[in-house]
Amino acid sequence: MKTPILATGIALLASTAMAQDSVLIVYTYDSFVSDWGPGPLVEAAFEETCDCDLQFVGAGDGAALLARLFLEGAQTGADVVLGLDTNLIASARAMDLIAPHGLTADTLTMPISWDDPQFLPYDWGYFAFVHGTGLENPPSNFRELADSDLRIVIQDPRSSTPGLGLLMWVKAAYGDEAASIWEGLADNIVTVTPGWSEAYGLYLEGEADMVLSYTTSPAYHLIAEEDDSHTVAAFDEGHYMQVEVAGIVNISNEMELAHQFMEFMISPAFQQIIPTTNWMYPAALPAEDLPEGFGTLVVPETALLLSPEESQALRVQALDEWQAALSQ
Amino acid sequence: MASRAQPISAVQGAGVAIAALVLLAVLGPLGAVLWRAESLSGLGPADLSAIRFTIWQAFLSAVFSVGLAIPVARALARRSFPGRAALIALMGAPFILPVIVAVFGLITIFGRRGILNEGLAAIGLPGLEIYGLHGVVLAHVFFNLPLAVRLFLQGWLAIPAERFRLAATLGFRPRDIARHMEWPMLRQVAPGAFLVIFLICTTSFAVALILGGGPRATTVELAIYQAFRYEFDLGRAAMLGLVQVAICVVAGLMVLRVAVPAAMGTGLDRPLERFDRQSAVQKAGDWLAIAFAALFLMLPILAVLVRGVGGVLTLPGSVWLAAERSVLLSLATAVLAVLAAVPMAMLIARGRARGLLETIGALSIAVSPLVIGTGLFLILRPYVTPSSSALPVTGLVNALAALPFLLRALVPAIEAAEAGYGPLADSLGMTGWQRLRHVLLPRIRRPLGFGAGLAAAMSMGDLGVITLFAAPQEGTLPLEMLRLRGAYRTDDAEAAALVLLVLSLALFWIFDRGGRVNAAT
Repeated sequence: MKTPILATGIALLASTAMAQDSVLIVYTYDSFVSDWGPGPLVEAAFEETCDCDLQFVGAGDGAALLARLFLEGAQTGADVVLGLDTNLIASARAMDLIAPHGLTADTLTMPISWDDPQFLPYDWGYFAFVHGTGLENPPSNFRELADSDLRIVIQDPRSSTPGLGLLMWVKAAYGDEAASIWEGLADNIVTVTPGWSEAYGLYLEGEADMVLSYTTSPAYHLIAEEDDSHTVAAFDEGHYMQVEVAGIVNISNEMELAHQFMEFMISPAFQQIIPTTNWMYPAALPAEDLPEGFGTLVVPETALLLSPEESQALRVQALDEWQAALSQ
Repeated sequence: MASRAQPISAVQGAGVAIAALVLLAVLGPLGAVLWRAESLSGLGPADLSAIRFTIWQAFLSAVFSVGLAIPVARALARRSFPGRAALIALMGAPFILPVIVAVFGLITIFGRRGILNEGLAAIGLPGLEIYGLHGVVLAHVFFNLPLAVRLFLQGWLAIPAERFRLAATLGFRPRDIARHMEWPMLRQVAPGAFLVIFLICTTSFAVALILGGGPRATTVELAIYQAFRYEFDLGRAAMLGLVQVAICVVAGLMVLRVAVPAAMGTGLDRPLERFDRQSAVQKAGDWLAIAFAALFLMLPILAVLVRGVGGVLTLPGSVWLAAERSVLLSLATAVLAVLAAVPMAMLIARGRARGLLETIGALSIAVSPLVIGTGLFLILRPYVTPSSSALPVTGLVNALAALPFLLRALVPAIEAAEAGYGPLADSLGMTGWQRLRHVLLPRIRRPLGFGAGLAAAMSMGDLGVITLFAAPQEGTLPLEMLRLRGAYRTDDAEAAALVLLVLSLALFWIFDRGGRVNAAT
């Protein structure tokens, strides 16, 4: 118990010593700033180059982050907001709080092109259903999944960003037929959880055969636990992407520093931290620079992604379809 | 209790002030959300079905919790066996655990790969599915049965030993004892116990969703989540918050109308000893009730312990720091809650505006933690940075959340003490502090210790407002556990859950023991 107390004391001294430097405040989601997320490493790496104090403020998940921004409005203390995904961008844009980032996106290594002038991606992943390698005949699309008697756990789109991602996945792949897909899936869905971690926990517990997560999830088990018993089902209609982005707050007093941070965000120093802390694909890192386990992951043939505006326009209807199909 | 002519003392003045503060602390944040929203939004059909589901599952959960608690508490009150005190303390664990830990404990027993289904499969029977309304009720009973048992147990133990002796002298049979001694106590305790459990269940969110099996099990709390997070519809969030207040007020007034304070003579504070002879059937029934409660409440907790024990020694240092922070926060919460509860309970026991005061006391568990947290955020934000106020705000909100339980435990005890010793104290001119010190405190020590322990332990496991306010390096233990889960570190998260469980129980045990000094229970 003594050591951590001492460490805090030292950290406290260190932060007072830096007080005269300029401070950059980055709002993000909670798991980014936890000891096991990218936050601490990113902070150390950026502070080495910037002569500043980088402070992360964690706020629940991506949607909670957006809500925080909304509540604070023009009084927000954030200089940079990091951690929204494309399904939340349209709402964030509507708040008129985000400045153009002014960077060219030509170093990005994502399977899609990117030209949003306000939001810049730092990592991304494919949504996918994770299952044990022992599962016989894993489904190769949503229809096969619906016809099977496999048990799945998903997240609620009303409280979870992966849950919303799944909603958009089915909508992007099936359009007007989305409702009938959900009706078919209804008897496969064991339960719907408030967030990702509960669903993943239920899957690990053996409550379901598959769980909605990411194609990169098996990399955690492989690299951190040396466990190769988890994989994902490749769906032939394509996999919806989660692209996580950051933007500069337009009323920030640290504009220059914020721009510097955005540039740093897509540089190798930041990008190399992402794979084994956030367990996602970095947005601007060549494949050969990824850690070893990432080479073994399932890579979907087709990447699906709705534009922020399409996603925003479809959300209410898609949610109604989902709710109606699963409430029967 | 009939209100007697009694001068308004400083303690009672404090009671009024505290009740007003509590009202302000609960409704102020709701008002802040409303003010920011500028107008209320109407409720859609989805909201109405969420309200219906919320009330129905909360009603069922409260009925089953109270119904099952009565035989269990009676059995614990009249049987003595080695390890009884430890069993009673350990049985309280489900109530103080963070929801997510308890849910995974339940799944270890009742899940698809759980002990129950493995057992059923071994003898060739079809498996049981936990997901659905019954799963939600099962989990809520698991959480709240311990509370109900404790409240009834307090009630049984508060029946003076002299009365059982008298009953034995008069040759009372069990039926007579039930009618003349136990029934009046149940009528005094049961409505309040039902009310708090009903209200706790109306703000259920994660349990209803995880075990409910899907959007059929949508609660008001989830609808509030949705309104805050995607729609930025503060008007709808505030409207749903008002619905929660309305549910609380209506339920409070209905239930408390049924409650009748005890009106029996008092005793000499002797330890309870049962002189009535009891039949073999009764004994068997008691042992069955105790065995049921022990298995149902302890197996999932045991599962949490077993799963966490492997990882405790390798837990990261930040978890221990968070644990230290959580313990300090819990102690502060307990002190704050006791300071607020005693004067307020004395005021309620005086009998005037009782329904109103009890409802105010219960409001803090009926209103969404998310609404309270967001409202406080809106109120405090212009003056302080949220992260610097995270711990004080959490302590305050936790104390508020514990208040209804302290009141439930304290009010009957104060009423009994006032009924028995009030006239004597009046004739001696004992008021205020003197009356509290010499007449009440010695007699409410047991419920006070219990309530303080509960406040500390609940605060230990709370995951409410801290998530809105906390700075990255200032997480509490439950938050740190959640972060571990979010980082795939299930083993570490389970070890953190074990630490949390042990610390919560230890805090509860210490306070609860403190309250039982000199009592032969």
